[in-house]
Amino acid sequence: MSLAQFVKNQGGFANVSIGYKRGETVLAWAMVSPWVAGFLLLTAFPMLASLVLSFYKWNIISAPVYVGLANYHKLFFTDPLPMHSLKITVIFSLASIPLNIVFGLVIAMLLNTNIRGLAVFRTIYYLPAILSGVAVAILWQWIFSSDFGLLNTALRIFGIEGPAWLGSKIWVLPAFVIMRLWSVGGGMIIYLAGLQAIPTDLYEAAEIDGANWVQRIFRITLPMLSPTIFFQLITGVIFTMQIFTETFIMTDGGPANASLFYLLYLYRQAFQNFKMGYASALAWVFFIAILLLTLILFATAKFWVYYEAESEGDN
Amino acid sequence: MSSKGVGLNARQIISKIFVYVILALGSIVVLLPLQWMISTSLKPLSHVFRFPPEFWPQKVVWENYPNALSQLPFDLYFLNTAFIVVMCLLGELIVSSIVAYAFSRLRWRGRNALFIVVLATMMLPRQVTLIPEFIVFRHLGMIDTFWPLILPSWFGNPFYIFLLRQYFLTHSRELDQAAVIDGCSRFGVFWRITLPMSKPVLGAVAIFSFQFHWNDFFRPLIFLLDQDKYTLALGLRFFQGTYGTEWNSLMAVSLVVMLPLIIVFFFAQKHFIQGVVFTGYK
Repeated sequence: MSLAQFVKNQGGFANVSIGYKRGETVLAWAMVSPWVAGFLLLTAFPMLASLVLSFYKWNIISAPVYVGLANYHKLFFTDPLPMHSLKITVIFSLASIPLNIVFGLVIAMLLNTNIRGLAVFRTIYYLPAILSGVAVAILWQWIFSSDFGLLNTALRIFGIEGPAWLGSKIWVLPAFVIMRLWSVGGGMIIYLAGLQAIPTDLYEAAEIDGANWVQRIFRITLPMLSPTIFFQLITGVIFTMQIFTETFIMTDGGPANASLFYLLYLYRQAFQNFKMGYASALAWVFFIAILLLTLILFATAKFWVYYEAESEGDN
Repeated sequence: MSSKGVGLNARQIISKIFVYVILALGSIVVLLPLQWMISTSLKPLSHVFRFPPEFWPQKVVWENYPNALSQLPFDLYFLNTAFIVVMCLLGELIVSSIVAYAFSRLRWRGRNALFIVVLATMMLPRQVTLIPEFIVFRHLGMIDTFWPLILPSWFGNPFYIFLLRQYFLTHSRELDQAAVIDGCSRFGVFWRITLPMSKPVLGAVAIFSFQFHWNDFFRPLIFLLDQDKYTLALGLRFFQGTYGTEWNSLMAVSLVVMLPLIIVFFFAQKHFIQGVVFTGYK
């Protein structure tokens, strides 16, 4: 699926090629001008500038020195940390995003079974999703405390002696995955709305045809929900790869760089070491990495994302 | 055959019970961290490090709250945060809805192409532009002021433009045309018809904006230096650095920082949920 098609699927573009009014065009450009200015000043220009900067060595005080591809060479070959941090950021995302989607879907499906107290359950599950940032990071740092923390206290009830979580090279990434699962309610709300929009006659027809609940989930619910899941997947990649606050507050990248997520490393290079050129190269590599991941997902979409409009001959 | 109303058979009853049990257990798991936070915040420090830990404080120390909050000028941090949040929220609401109107209710050449650019910037990690942005704000002498935090909001936010556009598209065009025939200007249509009809989505955008800027840590960390200008997030981070193992105080302050969000959530829950639903639109 192409981006243009994706945009079209977002709804609403009438194919009007005639009848533009001059006054309307002028007004329209006036109305979008703040965004256009913002795009040029805060996106396009800075992106170009950071691309240019990535070929320079610059400590922000003295004059920048052109170094060609040296920053990129360092990034890929001599400095081991950028690729290490990119690797753990991707591993973390590959664990966190699917788990959040699966848990979100399961809870939404359970809530969508004509139960009583739907509003109460929905409120409870959604509440953590609105909380984020420093306060949440501090809370989870305390929850993961090995001796006095909530998680290991709870595990002890079942006779399990939990690991040191944030102090363990092996368990620090799972700890971050668990923490992010707490806000699973954000996706759940969206799936729930999607589920409620699926026409019930589809299920009635399936029931008449003798489909059991597993078939109903895999043949009706998931295909009908696939555009929503796809959208969550794309935004999930962008959002999850950018993890920063939690690692900054809870582990500062440790132990032994086991939770040195990419943005933390970028932040250190740019705003603690003031290596603006090197940090710009890091930023561009990060951008390309996210872009590639997103494009791969878009390429897979035609195999599993089902758009109703396509079958109705929208073109 | 019908699963509604009368005639639930034994299997349906069992599966219903199963669903309730799972949901109830899940709710406990979700709420437990908050319970743990409240409970820790009320314990004396000596009880915080008791083994095995107490789920409920055996001795409740309310003074933890005033004691912890008086360690740093949190009232000042609150005012700073509130000012930034309100300014950002206003900018995002006003500018994004104006831009979204042009993208949904007006017909003009280049609209679709430009909207693809909006969507593309929505997917852009902001960190790519951060370094030049920092340099520009530095040249403008705006480091350690609120400007770098507020100004970008007044250029429209692609995500909110997208949300508002989706909503504006659902209005009928005939209504606009009728108003224009009655002598209403195009801007008048926007102001008097489109906006009043869009209260749910405007509420959702306001809440998202509030939530985002209230929680934001990365940008204040980069652009603010002086402690007098700290936001709550920065103040909390500073507090953590100073009182790192006083978990009762840390939980008390963290909870106070979260509280406005939780209160807004309970009062405006409908908007939250509606807003999220808009975002999930295919």
